[in-house]
Amino acid sequence: MNAGQSRYGYVFVSGYTLLLLAFGLLPTLYAIYLAFTRNGAFVGFDNFVRVFGDYRFLPAVAHVALYVVYWLVSLIIFVVILALIVHAVRVRWLGNAARFLFYIPGAIAGASSVLLWLFVLDPSVSPVSALLKSMGYDSLVSVVAVGNLPVVFTVIAFWAGAGGWIVIMYGALNNISGDIMEAARIDGAGPVQTAWHIQLPMLTKWISYMGIMSLAAGTQLFVEPKILAQATKNVVPEDYSLNQLAYLYAFRQNDFSGSAAISIVLLVVALGLSTIFIFRGRLFDSE
Amino acid sequence: MSDITLRRRRAISPGQWIGRALVAIVLITFAAFFILPIVWLVLAPTKSNSQLLLDGPFSFGSFDQLAANWDQLFAFGSGVFTTWIGNSVFYSFSALVITLIVSIPAGYALALIEFKGRRLLLVTTLIVMLIPNTALVLPIFLELSAARLIGSPLAVILPFSFFPFGVYLTYIYFSTAVSRDLLNAARIDGAGELRVFGQVAMPLATPVIALVGFFSFVANWNNYFLPFLVVGGQKIPVQVGLSNLLANVPAFNPTTATSIVIELPTLALATLLSVAPILIIFLFAQRFLVEGMTAGGTKE
Repeated sequence: MNAGQSRYGYVFVSGYTLLLLAFGLLPTLYAIYLAFTRNGAFVGFDNFVRVFGDYRFLPAVAHVALYVVYWLVSLIIFVVILALIVHAVRVRWLGNAARFLFYIPGAIAGASSVLLWLFVLDPSVSPVSALLKSMGYDSLVSVVAVGNLPVVFTVIAFWAGAGGWIVIMYGALNNISGDIMEAARIDGAGPVQTAWHIQLPMLTKWISYMGIMSLAAGTQLFVEPKILAQATKNVVPEDYSLNQLAYLYAFRQNDFSGSAAISIVLLVVALGLSTIFIFRGRLFDSE
Repeated sequence: MSDITLRRRRAISPGQWIGRALVAIVLITFAAFFILPIVWLVLAPTKSNSQLLLDGPFSFGSFDQLAANWDQLFAFGSGVFTTWIGNSVFYSFSALVITLIVSIPAGYALALIEFKGRRLLLVTTLIVMLIPNTALVLPIFLELSAARLIGSPLAVILPFSFFPFGVYLTYIYFSTAVSRDLLNAARIDGAGELRVFGQVAMPLATPVIALVGFFSFVANWNNYFLPFLVVGGQKIPVQVGLSNLLANVPAFNPTTATSIVIELPTLALATLLSVAPILIIFLFAQRFLVEGMTAGGTKE
């Protein structure tokens, strides 16, 4: 290690390190501080106990958990199937066009995608109103009834997010050597057997990456229920998800300690998932 | 003979036919699912409210009606939509510039310079990169509110500028595309560290600068949660503005108190315009996206 070089190493990383401290480490520490104190006095786990005891807390956990299960299952099944199909399409332009169509909704995120789906889910203007009406829904409010929400949020998230993953899986499939595929074909394996015995095992690392990322993102559910709540006059409850509840604690109840407690719970989940992945997964073996 | 083998190869069993038909049905169904909402969104602003309710969902209205909806949108709140778009541009670009200024040297140093704490910084970056950005929004809000920065544009721009994924992309790029020998050769020729970075590494960095810039811009433009919490009034970006607009749509809020009314086609136009920059970038930057998204797997 060269001392002069190493000094410049610090200069080069200084700006980024400052931001990392200011918007990564410091907010985390401050939220931990808030979560364990009340008006400046240390109160142990009181804030957590209070928040967990809130009648809205467990339903919010259940809502988010159910949504995450639907979302992960549909993502893993359909992304893998679609990637395999697109990969198997021999006509080059057709495969390219399909991937392009699948991933373009990824451009529409956040509030914009929820707004677009407000229209799609409203039978009076929807492009698929016939489908909605055939399922017995005649108004937006009936479509987004609380029982339907995990499916509704899954559809929205799948629409915006699946294409990117399909493109990633497709890339991974392309990396499987042609010799192996050819050997399987000569041994008489059909497309389904090849997919099951050769392609799927090669994808597992990417599937677990997708699963972990989506699980972490799914627990953060906020903008979808927030905007649907606004559009339906709280038919969709404003305390549907954990992040919404944390938001209400801070903004409605002026209870920053309670808000911080919920945030810490969510942050621990996200940090736990990503740390496990970095240290156990082989995807980011950098050194 | 050759004719027969050729035919035999072409002949498809009934089972294969069913398989192919199934594949086609799945592909077409999903293609429709992904693309029809966007087609609808592009057509909706060309219609009047009653056309939207009564005409076929994929019919085209008229350019006059599009102009009328356009006027209604830009007249709303004495042109506040323009302000929102301007805010989005301002926040996204300012953060983009800061992100590039801090991430490129940081990724370079992590990849090519030995210093104490390098490994710790790298692992921390990876961990933070993989947590969803919403996870830190409330803690950041709490911190900024303690620092009395709520309401300032800095409260959006500075957290936006913190973009660990950009550092990671740069790190991967420099550790694969630039060799240490090249830098050492420049050092032997007497170049100082700053010159090595500025005149050897930087000219090679154009692809990664574009890549980081692209991902940072998209992430910032689409971010709703953070600006929703930390700025208000005239300072909100278009993502937050859209939900304000929604409050003035009688179809969704029958009891809306404001006299200025936004009709559904106008709301659709606002939605379309709010994503237009990203949509255009996506159309032209397909390869970028794929490169960035698979960056984790390229280094094996």
